[in-house]
Amino acid sequence: MAYSFPEEVLEHVFSFLTSDKDRNAVCLVCKSWYEIERWCRRRIFVGNCYAVSPEIVIRRFPEVRAVEIKGKPHFADFNLVPEGWGAYVYPWVAAMSAAYPLLEEIKLKRMVVTDESLELISKSFKNFKVLVLSSCEGFTTDGLASIAANCRNLRELDLRESEVEDLSGHWLSHFPDNYTSLVSLNISCLGSEVSFSALERLVARSPNLRTLRLNRAVPLEKLPNLLRRAPQLVELGTGAYSAEIRSDTYSNLAEAFSACKQLKGLSGFWDVVPSYLPAMLHVCSGITSLNLSYATIQSPDLVQLVTQCRNLQRLWVLDYIEDSGLEALAASCKDLQELRVFPSDPFGAVPNVSLTEQGLVSVSEGCPKLQSVLYFCRQMSNAALVAIARNRPKLIRFRLCILEPRVPDYLTLEPLDTGFGAIVENCKELRRLSLSGLLTDRVFKYIGTHAKKLEMLSIAFAGDSDLGLHHVLSGCESLRKLEIRDCPFGDKALLANAAKLETMRSLWMSSCSVSYGACKLLGQKLPRLNVEVIDERGPPDSRPESCPVERLYVYRTVSGRRVDMPGFVWTMDEDASLRFS
Amino acid sequence: MGVGSGMPTVNSHVSSCCLKTELTLGLPGGQKTSKSGSKRGFSETVDLRLGSSCDDEVSVSTPPPSKAQVVGWPPVRSYRKNMMKNCKYVKVAVDGAPYLRKVDLEIYTSYQQLLAALEEMFTCLTICNVVNERKIMDSSNGTEYVPTYEDRDGDWMLVGDVPWKMFVESCKRMRLMKSSEAVGLAPKTSSKGLSKS
Repeated sequence: MAYSFPEEVLEHVFSFLTSDKDRNAVCLVCKSWYEIERWCRRRIFVGNCYAVSPEIVIRRFPEVRAVEIKGKPHFADFNLVPEGWGAYVYPWVAAMSAAYPLLEEIKLKRMVVTDESLELISKSFKNFKVLVLSSCEGFTTDGLASIAANCRNLRELDLRESEVEDLSGHWLSHFPDNYTSLVSLNISCLGSEVSFSALERLVARSPNLRTLRLNRAVPLEKLPNLLRRAPQLVELGTGAYSAEIRSDTYSNLAEAFSACKQLKGLSGFWDVVPSYLPAMLHVCSGITSLNLSYATIQSPDLVQLVTQCRNLQRLWVLDYIEDSGLEALAASCKDLQELRVFPSDPFGAVPNVSLTEQGLVSVSEGCPKLQSVLYFCRQMSNAALVAIARNRPKLIRFRLCILEPRVPDYLTLEPLDTGFGAIVENCKELRRLSLSGLLTDRVFKYIGTHAKKLEMLSIAFAGDSDLGLHHVLSGCESLRKLEIRDCPFGDKALLANAAKLETMRSLWMSSCSVSYGACKLLGQKLPRLNVEVIDERGPPDSRPESCPVERLYVYRTVSGRRVDMPGFVWTMDEDASLRFS
Repeated sequence: MGVGSGMPTVNSHVSSCCLKTELTLGLPGGQKTSKSGSKRGFSETVDLRLGSSCDDEVSVSTPPPSKAQVVGWPPVRSYRKNMMKNCKYVKVAVDGAPYLRKVDLEIYTSYQQLLAALEEMFTCLTICNVVNERKIMDSSNGTEYVPTYEDRDGDWMLVGDVPWKMFVESCKRMRLMKSSEAVGLAPKTSSKGLSKS
């Protein structure tokens, strides 16, 4: 019965398995496969930094080269998670600095990263290559200076959408003169300017540079200086796209762009002066990804640009594009896969642009490859949603945000249950869904019945009763992340489906009707879950047990309760009742 | 059309314990989530264009400003909100310092804030409160600086004379001039120091 390949052979076979799912399956075959696999796993992904501890990870996987960790829940993006909640990367970095000297990559999302952590990273890993900080915060340009100064083999430094405290633009000069391995640099989130001459010299000595995303402070007149030194760029994020109208500036820019024959992605475009847009026309035919979501220009200018990009696959744009622009997009860009339309005036009481459900319907009609949608608008109808669902049964992500909560179908004044129902019924591969508008428990029945591949669901201001939540928890087999705010969901559905929560990464509920008593019960029943109450009104037991908690965050974990909770987070476990008495 | 006032429609919620889930017209920060994300929360409150803290006093003559905001709705990331704001970068030079810095005047709401930011940026400088005046000083050698700016007409003025918003609009660049050189810049309000607006 005992057969065995030499370990090396098995290792070699396993090296072809890149997905975590496959590797995890391999581990379950037998003890020796478990052992072999754990020694050769090089990449790990931790979807929730509190689901496991660094020590447990290190113990199991001793030879890791690349780590990706996510911290705060998604609703932190919208100010629903108070400052100081957690997601500190330092403990991870400290543990890895000892255990993984050969670590090459760290990718973090929604985590708190201090300068101390960055310095430790820069000094601990001699072969460090990739640092991606997505929506992170807590560090300054001093931390960046450490990275620049010490990471001799750095390939990627990507600060996408992080909050960085700008102490000085001179951190960039800390890259040594003999440092030439830069492949990707994204500093678009930095508020103040970096030293342009340092940037220019850095670009000039980086022959492998493929991605360069500048910050707003880099003036348009200087952009050609950089482009000329990096005609091999594949992705470019401009700085402010405005300058005094001058023919020499324009011709410089156009010439510089035309030398960039490999450009596929464009972003940036703050403060656009439309007269300068045609300077880019030469590159449009190669563009597959275009982020105009900060470009406050009107529809005709947007259309002129977008319709030139016949090979466009991804477009992010403001609602200035309007229905007419989206129609033109649908006619020209047949390869479009992803569309995101952001609101130019999200808090305005009256519409400032002519963008309605019709724009999205046009795109769903004209773009056969459309699979991912994020759409902010002010009105929607069931008819439109049904049409979209019928047009695009292959949708994977559908996130609709009607700006006003609880707005009904504007034509019939009915809830939008039928429309979203059509989406989940027709789009059998749907993995992510965000709801808005007026919705009753019925929509959740449809979701529970049909959305079998749904992994992430976002709900706000919807539903009538616990039945809604029950439909989702009992029906959505693939559900991993559920985030809910301002819905009348309470104890019953949660307690009845408690076991489901162990099959998910996390559940967030804020401004709902879940009582403190139910939270305690949940925590006691399911020891492998962390049930955390976030309440800024003080200890939950200073109020009646039936009182709803402000916010609830439930997630599965193998490392027990957090040890770094701030004063407004309480964990519900077996000891909870003892601790509070 | 279709833009409701946010009040619950036909399918109202039933129990009173759901009060917290009702969309209310209160201001963000006035309720439970007052401390949420204090850093990012700042941009929320800055966006709020309602003048008064009382939500039932909307004067008929003024056009309705943005409606009262619910925290975190619509779900637009703070990062995006900040990026969408107007931006007014001006160069700031300090006599004797080797490099210029740029500041975005739109992110400040008062002279006080601007000066504090400059103080942080040019760390050799301190803003001392001397009697009733505020002076900028290099503490290492006691040099005094006077903040000046060039306006749209090309004239060099003392910072602090005009109302803040007017300053933001007309300022093209700033220079922290050595006091000894700042002659002939006597403004209407002369040596009263910086106004508090």
